[in-house]
Amino acid sequence: MAPFWAVLASMVLCAALISWAGASVFQAYGLLVKGAFGSSFAINETLTRSIPLILTGLAVSVAFRAKFYNIGAEGQLYVGALAATYFGTGLITLPSGLMIPFLILMGALAGGALLIVPVLLKTHFKVDEVVTTLLLNFVVLLVVSYLIEGPWKDPMSLGWPQAASIIDEGVLPTLLAKGRLHFGLIVALIFAVVIWLMMKYSVFGYEIRAVGLNAKAAEFAGIKVNRTVILTALISGGLAGVAGVSETAGLKGYLTLDLSPGFGYTGIAVAMLAQLNPLAVIPSAIFLSAVYVGSDAMSRAVNIPTYIADVLVGVSVLAVLCSVMFSQYKVRWLK
Amino acid sequence: MSDLFDILLTAGFWAATIRIVSPLIFGTLGELICERAGVLNLGIEGIMTVGAMSGWMWVYQGGDLWGGVIFAALMGAIFGLLHAIFTVHLGLSQHVTGIGITLFASALSYFVYRMLLPDATTPPKIVPFQPIEIPWLSDIPLIGEAVFSQSAMTYLALLTVPAVWYVLFRTPVGLAVRMSGENPVAVEAQGINVLAVRTAAVMVGSAFMAVGGAFITMSWFDAFYFGMINGRGWICVALVIFASWNPGRALVGALLFAGLEALQVRAQQSVGAFIPYQFFLMLPYVMSIVAMIIMARKTKYPQALLVPFRRGERV
Repeated sequence: MAPFWAVLASMVLCAALISWAGASVFQAYGLLVKGAFGSSFAINETLTRSIPLILTGLAVSVAFRAKFYNIGAEGQLYVGALAATYFGTGLITLPSGLMIPFLILMGALAGGALLIVPVLLKTHFKVDEVVTTLLLNFVVLLVVSYLIEGPWKDPMSLGWPQAASIIDEGVLPTLLAKGRLHFGLIVALIFAVVIWLMMKYSVFGYEIRAVGLNAKAAEFAGIKVNRTVILTALISGGLAGVAGVSETAGLKGYLTLDLSPGFGYTGIAVAMLAQLNPLAVIPSAIFLSAVYVGSDAMSRAVNIPTYIADVLVGVSVLAVLCSVMFSQYKVRWLK
Repeated sequence: MSDLFDILLTAGFWAATIRIVSPLIFGTLGELICERAGVLNLGIEGIMTVGAMSGWMWVYQGGDLWGGVIFAALMGAIFGLLHAIFTVHLGLSQHVTGIGITLFASALSYFVYRMLLPDATTPPKIVPFQPIEIPWLSDIPLIGEAVFSQSAMTYLALLTVPAVWYVLFRTPVGLAVRMSGENPVAVEAQGINVLAVRTAAVMVGSAFMAVGGAFITMSWFDAFYFGMINGRGWICVALVIFASWNPGRALVGALLFAGLEALQVRAQQSVGAFIPYQFFLMLPYVMSIVAMIIMARKTKYPQALLVPFRRGERV
C-alpha cells in the first residue's frame, strides 16, 4: 500500500501548486488523465515513453537492492546509445533477427562497462559511488556532444548535431499500425520478467539481496560481497544501456543530444515507487510516463508550467521513503 | 605550452579564479558542515538551484541584494530542515533522501520561476553585486586586481573559510558538531541532544549551499538559466572528500578547480582549434573523480557518517 499513499500525498502537495497557478485542481488532474489515457494516441504515447523508464527503473532497482547507489543510469543510457550508433550505422550488417539482439547486447555491454570504474572504486578504494556515477553522467554527455558535432556528425543532417541513422536491419519495428510504440516495449517487459525471476529464484538474486541487507552477515555466510556488488553493477549498467539502444534504434532512429530528458534520474523514482520490485517497475514506469505525457497536455490546456511533472516525481521519491517507513511501524499516539 | 604559462601570469586569470571559486567555497563548506555532523547531503545540487533562483528572484521583484542573499539562505535552511527530518529524525536513507531533495528542489525552482515569469523568452537581468576595490590593497600588482577587486560576496566567501574552521575546531559548538559525526553516543552521554545538533548542522550547511547558488545568479552572472548549477553541487561533494573534511584544504581544492575552470576558458581560445571544447568542459568532472581516487586511501571518513542515531539504541 505504501506506494499508493505516496502517490496520493504527492498529488495533494502538487494540488497546492496547481491551485496557485489558478487552475481548478480536479479539472487539471482530469486533463492529466485524459492527456495520458484519453485516446488510443495518448495511450500509445504513454506506453512508448514508459519503455526507457522500465529499463532505467530496473537498472536502479537491481543496484539499490545491493545498496549500490547507481545514479548514473542517464550516462549509461547514452553510452548504450553510442554503442548502438557505432555498430548500427553501417559498420556491421546482419539480418534483422540478428542485428537487433546484437545491438542490444552491445548497448548492454557498453552500459555495464561505464560502471566498471565506479564499482571498482567502491569495492577497492571505498569511494562513494553516488558521486562518481553522477559525475560520469556529465562526462558522457560531453562525449556524445563531441561525437555528434564532430566525427560522427551526419553530413545529411543540414547542420543539426545528430549522428547517422541506424540502418534498416537494426531499427526496432513498430508494434501497431499507427503511433510510435515499438518493439522496445517487448524487450523491456522480457527484461523485467527475467530480472524478477533472477532476483526471486536464483542463488545470485539471493546473494544480491543478502549483500544489500547486511554485507557483513553475507560475508560471514560465505558470499563474496565484492564479486556480487561488481556483477550487480554490471547488470544495472547493462539495463540502462539497453534503454539507450531502444531509444536510438526504436524511437528516434538516430542519436541526438536530447535523446533522454532525464530518463536515468526518473528511473530512480520509478524504482522507489516500485519498492525495488522488478515486476512492479512496469506499472510504476507506466504511471510516471503518464504523469509526463499527461502533464504536457494539461499544461497546454490550463497554462501550468510543465515542471509540475518533475515536482511530482521528486516529491514521490520522498513520499515513498516516508510511507514505507510508516508501513513498517505501528503508529501509536502517546497520551 | 608557453601560451598556457602566459595565461597564468595575467591578473585576469587570477581574478576569474577567485570569482569562480566563491560558489565552490560556499557549497563545499556547506557539505562539509553536514558531513562533519554525520549527515551526507546529496540535496546540494537542488539546494544550490533553489538558492540561485530565490536570491535572484528576490532582487528581480524589487528587493535589495543582501536581502536576496539572506532569503536564499533561508530557503536553503528550509530544504535542509526537510533533509534533516527525513535522515536525522526518521533515520531514512541519506542517499535516497538527498537525491529526492535534489529532484524536488530543482523542479520546484523551475516551476516557481516559470510561474512568476511565464512569458520570459530571454532570461531577464538584475543589477548584480559590483566589484569593490579595497583601498591600498587593490593597488598591489597582480594580487590587488585578482583578490582585492572582487564583489562583496567573494570577500564573504573567503572570510567564511577561517570562520567555519574556527567554529568547528575552536568552539564547544564545533566540538559537539564534530563529535555528532564521530561518536554520537558520547555526545548524548554529555547531555547534548544529538538530533538537535545534526538538524542544526544540516540546516546551516544547506543555507551555505543556497548562498553558493545565489552567488552564481547575483554576483557571477545576472540572470537565472535552467540547468545553470550544472553539476557544481556534485563537484563540491567530491571536494569534501578531497579535503578530508578540513575547511582549509577545502579552500585549496576549490582554488585548484576554479583555476582549472578559468584556465580552460582561456585555453579554449588559444589551443581550441586543435582540441574540441567538450574536452575542456569535461576537465572539472574528470578531475573530481581523479581527486577522489588520489585521496581515497588516505581519507578518514567521519566515523558516524551515514549512520542514523536513535536515542537509547545499543551500538
